[in-house]
Amino acid sequence: MSHDSLLLSGAAWFGPDGTARAGDVLIQAGRISEVGRVAAPSGTERVDADGLVLLPGFVDLHTHLREPGREDAETIASGSRAAAAGGFTAVLAMANTSPVTDTGEAAERVLDLGRLAGLVDVVPVGAVTKDLAGAELAELALMHRSRARVTVFSDDGRCVGDPRVMRRALEYIRAFGGVISQHSQDPDLAGPQACCHEGELSGRLGLPGWPPVAEASIIARDVMLAEHTGSRVHVAHVSTAEGLDVVRWAKARGVAVTAEVTPHHLALGTELLASYDPVYKVNPPLRPTEHQEALREGLVDGTIDAVATDHAPHARHDKEHAFVDAAFGMLGLETAFAVVHDLLVRTGRMSWADLARVMSIAPARIASLGEHGRPIAVGEPANLVLVDPAAGLTVDRDSSQSLSRNNPWHARSFTGAVHLTILRGRPTAREGVPTAC
Amino acid sequence: MRRHLLSSADLSADEVRMLLATAAEMHEVQRREVKKLPTLRGRTVINLFFEDSTRTRSSFEIAGKWMSADTINITGKGSSASKGESLRDTVRTIDAMAVDCLIIRHMASGAAHQVAQWVDASVVNAGDGTHEHPTQALLDAYTMQRRMGDLAGRRIAIVGDLTHSRVFRSNAITLRTLGAEVVLVAPPTLLPSGIDSWARADGLELSAELDEVLASGPDAVMMLRVQRERMSGGFFPTPREYTVGFGLTRDRLRALADANPEAVICHPGPMNRGLEISADAADAARSLVLDQVSAGVAVRMAVLYHLLAAEEVAA
Repeated sequence: MSHDSLLLSGAAWFGPDGTARAGDVLIQAGRISEVGRVAAPSGTERVDADGLVLLPGFVDLHTHLREPGREDAETIASGSRAAAAGGFTAVLAMANTSPVTDTGEAAERVLDLGRLAGLVDVVPVGAVTKDLAGAELAELALMHRSRARVTVFSDDGRCVGDPRVMRRALEYIRAFGGVISQHSQDPDLAGPQACCHEGELSGRLGLPGWPPVAEASIIARDVMLAEHTGSRVHVAHVSTAEGLDVVRWAKARGVAVTAEVTPHHLALGTELLASYDPVYKVNPPLRPTEHQEALREGLVDGTIDAVATDHAPHARHDKEHAFVDAAFGMLGLETAFAVVHDLLVRTGRMSWADLARVMSIAPARIASLGEHGRPIAVGEPANLVLVDPAAGLTVDRDSSQSLSRNNPWHARSFTGAVHLTILRGRPTAREGVPTAC
Repeated sequence: MRRHLLSSADLSADEVRMLLATAAEMHEVQRREVKKLPTLRGRTVINLFFEDSTRTRSSFEIAGKWMSADTINITGKGSSASKGESLRDTVRTIDAMAVDCLIIRHMASGAAHQVAQWVDASVVNAGDGTHEHPTQALLDAYTMQRRMGDLAGRRIAIVGDLTHSRVFRSNAITLRTLGAEVVLVAPPTLLPSGIDSWARADGLELSAELDEVLASGPDAVMMLRVQRERMSGGFFPTPREYTVGFGLTRDRLRALADANPEAVICHPGPMNRGLEISADAADAARSLVLDQVSAGVAVRMAVLYHLLAAEEVAA
């Protein structure tokens, strides 16, 4: 189904200054053509947006779409469906696929498969090092020069541990305005088996611990390297109060550093691991309450720029091993808005303008996506999401658009749901169901 | 009783006492010429051991056989993950053969808890990673109680590599459940993370000075095995330095006897003689090391009895 024009009637939205607006929004030829009281031309699809909030489409700096390599867990098409259902209009697809996205050709392949799915802009992230091995730089500039125009680089899943490699990578990408999204985890302080926040619970459960200093020390090193090289570093999934403090310090110093936090690190705690259920195994691990609270505060005060899902689908059998042997990661695309809205907007800690900032505007800016995270104004691209702040949502992992079922939010209820996602003027999902394209 | 034995924390004081009383009866049976009881006839007990074990596996096997269960050992080195099969598939395959009880030893903490979610059989945790080993704690309590009487108010020191010890974790729980005072002694690198708040919450005492603890006249000193491989992890510099700080040496054996003439020594085995325990201490009259092994069968018979047979008897 394709309409040239779409009228959102009676929507509420918020300007960048936080002022509330209300009225009709007419979308034509992929752009916002009129706002206010609009007389829609005939043939326009009308959406009753009364009571709904219109936001710029969400941008996810951190997803794992598993294609190529693990199409049994997720494909770019299925991940795109989950993204559209979750209100996203752009997602950055991490490079840790098989083969790794470490060449221009590999990046273009991801881009093309995303376009073919057509539900969300799939933006490839390039590897920092060849095969994510941490030793030699990947073809960073060739990825940037490719049709995929890669600007975000990450070895996510692994930390670029060698300080010399990190320094060179930062220097090299400065030339074309790239950014390195670092999985901040000192591999010597939190080894490959580390799978639980290091503390009383990891001690009691006998699980290898992952201490906050393993995150904070790498962030400290990287922000100093960013300062030294004049380049840009982005902290992926900050999870500790200590790591956050380093980011705060670096920002005050004027370092070009940005940071993201996941919905699960904001809302889920270490105590869930007492069940040894691998659905709660994620890297970095879920942290205790005091860290969750610090992260919420950091997001509200702007120290943390963005919410990113770290959507990490896994085939069922990869989660049915003993806890230390099971795969890291959890789903997040379809639930991110509901979690953040319920936790921070509904409770009054964040405004709608704040939500738009952390889920759309800031991540679009970090990833240099000029057509996303834009104001709701005439002439702007119609990459939008309409959310219902009053709708109740009870998560059912079996109704997910993802091919995987490792959903830590299963059976939890939230207030707030995505109503309609719009990519370049075309609806891509209605009430959690993607449109055919 | 309950269907599974996964953690020492599953057991109330009454349940521990009941198990120890049953173990005493089973221990009597062991002295008979014909040891076999018909209790578990027709029942199938699988020893599923993913990790090497001699004493635990053989004592479970003997326990099952003396109660007439059909016991089968399945051993596999390495995790099922390394073989491409999920742990869930492995145990459900075995469970599908209508077994009554799965006794599981696994190198991963929490494995027994996970398995219990996936199978219909009763599950006994025979040691999961660095988490727990509840039947070891029961046999230790049984052994000490036989020598010392009721453990309530008794002072018991646990010394050594606490970080990597499932024996410590289960013993600390069971001994506290029985009302004993527990004091933990280890170098800081071998104390589990979060031990300060943990010790406060559970009423455990902490010390880094073995000599002071021995001088306080504990009723029992439980020495834990220290794996020499820990050195490469940087947990301590040399075996010599470890022994000087935390080994139960000949001199310390004397100091213990001076402070409490009745004090006993335990070790879950296998011992590193000369590292954490001297030969004099291991072979002393006050050493209960072989009593622990002998109690192992009786205690495991008691556990199998209560998990698999007691309800029928009651009915």
